[in-house]
Amino acid sequence: MSSLTEIRDETPPPLTDAAVRAAAPRRNRWPARLDVLQSLSGLFLALFLIAHMGFVSTILISHEAFYAVARFFEAAWLLGKPYPALVSGVVAVVLAVFVLHAWLALRKFPGNLRAYRAFAEHRERLHHGDTSLWWLQLWTGFALFFLTTVHLYGMLTQPALIGPFESADRVWTGNLWPLYLALLFAAEIHGGIGLYRLAVKWGDLAASRARLRRARQAFSAFFIALGLVTLAAYIDLGRAHADRAGERYTPPATTEAR
Amino acid sequence: MIRLFRKAPDSGRPRRLTASVLRHNPADPASAPHWQDFVVEEAEGMTLFIALNEIRATQDPSLQFDFVCRAGICGSCAMLIDGRPGLACRTLTRDLGERFTLAPLPFFELIGDLSVNTGKWLRGTAERLRTWVHAAGRPDLDALEERMAPELAEAIYELDRCIECGCCVAGCGTAQMRPDFIGAIGLNKIARFRLDPRDTRSDEDFYELIGDDDGVFGCMSLLGCHDVCPKQLPLQTQIAFLRRRMAALGF
Repeated sequence: MSSLTEIRDETPPPLTDAAVRAAAPRRNRWPARLDVLQSLSGLFLALFLIAHMGFVSTILISHEAFYAVARFFEAAWLLGKPYPALVSGVVAVVLAVFVLHAWLALRKFPGNLRAYRAFAEHRERLHHGDTSLWWLQLWTGFALFFLTTVHLYGMLTQPALIGPFESADRVWTGNLWPLYLALLFAAEIHGGIGLYRLAVKWGDLAASRARLRRARQAFSAFFIALGLVTLAAYIDLGRAHADRAGERYTPPATTEAR
Repeated sequence: MIRLFRKAPDSGRPRRLTASVLRHNPADPASAPHWQDFVVEEAEGMTLFIALNEIRATQDPSLQFDFVCRAGICGSCAMLIDGRPGLACRTLTRDLGERFTLAPLPFFELIGDLSVNTGKWLRGTAERLRTWVHAAGRPDLDALEERMAPELAEAIYELDRCIECGCCVAGCGTAQMRPDFIGAIGLNKIARFRLDPRDTRSDEDFYELIGDDDGVFGCMSLLGCHDVCPKQLPLQTQIAFLRRRMAALGF
């Protein structure tokens, strides 16, 4: 009885705004983290795309140059003998980031037919550059789900088969050139728009948007052009090497040493 | 001079404009959305607001559209002009073709023809985002207000220029897909109260209001809002700023 009386006698603390806020459950912090992760994973993939184009386009310099780049990642210069599994490791990391980015980006896709139609009609009537760009970003992203997966799986499972003849045979005799052609356009357009979007999403860049747009167009145009010339070089080499498809490339210096 | 390069002589006759208006009265069960053409003779310095009033006065008194100020201040006459959100009173007919379309703003509840209920949505958004100064205590109405640096007052006023016309929400791709998205109006309001030194709320408090995919993280930065805002508010910089502040709280 005495304890009940004590309870009744206690005066409740005044209910202030701060007290209400402190008592309410805090809003989840994951939306903030996911937003940052989406941007960071996209930035990583765009930078990888640039570096990747730098590596594969060394075929335009010479067969030896591309061979040297391919072997560099097997780390024979460091570990004494080549470890193609290291290439698989790099591919696995890229694949993981790619899957993460795709999963995060899916949150932004129209979730049902009503949303899809609402956006499509909006884009059609507004005639607004950045809105139309997002549609392009969405569809190139959707295409990349499939195109990139095929390419990455090949690199993951056959890391040793990267070299002038090996890659050229894969492109031509392996019939992968149509996939690489589509992948080139989808990746470079998507990457260019993505980098532009990152800038306007996080930066104070309203005044320099026109310049950013030109930079985006230049980015996509440059890498598509470089990619087309590079792919043409692999196709050319692949056709010339078709009757000896499967033969591994050995650099001239090694041949002379033998 | 070759005839081809000679400037066509100005006939001196005013253009005959055809406004194709999307009409529908949701209160009338027999009404179905349809386009109706109205022809008006263009006058010097004519705005869409003037053209619409002329149509209503001389051709069809049942045509519904909103206006109050005629000067781009009240935000009532926002509509889709050739598919793009804009204010009828700030749109000169000379900037349009001889034929153009007028439609109500999407996203908002349709009252009839070109009139939409932006107020209902804005009221809900204001209550949801608690867009008023949250002062520390009961204000003393007899005391002088705290002084504020002119630069800060101007920065607040810059964001307070929003006339709540709804153009930014109608121009927002995200809002079309996700009706619960607060849009640039809501985010701009939060940016405005965040600047205000009289408001005691912290970034943690603002995160409670906009820290999810219906708030700042839902914005996909398509910038339709920024590009159609008739008051040229710095929406891109404000949304990017809020995103940085709110994202920092996630770590």
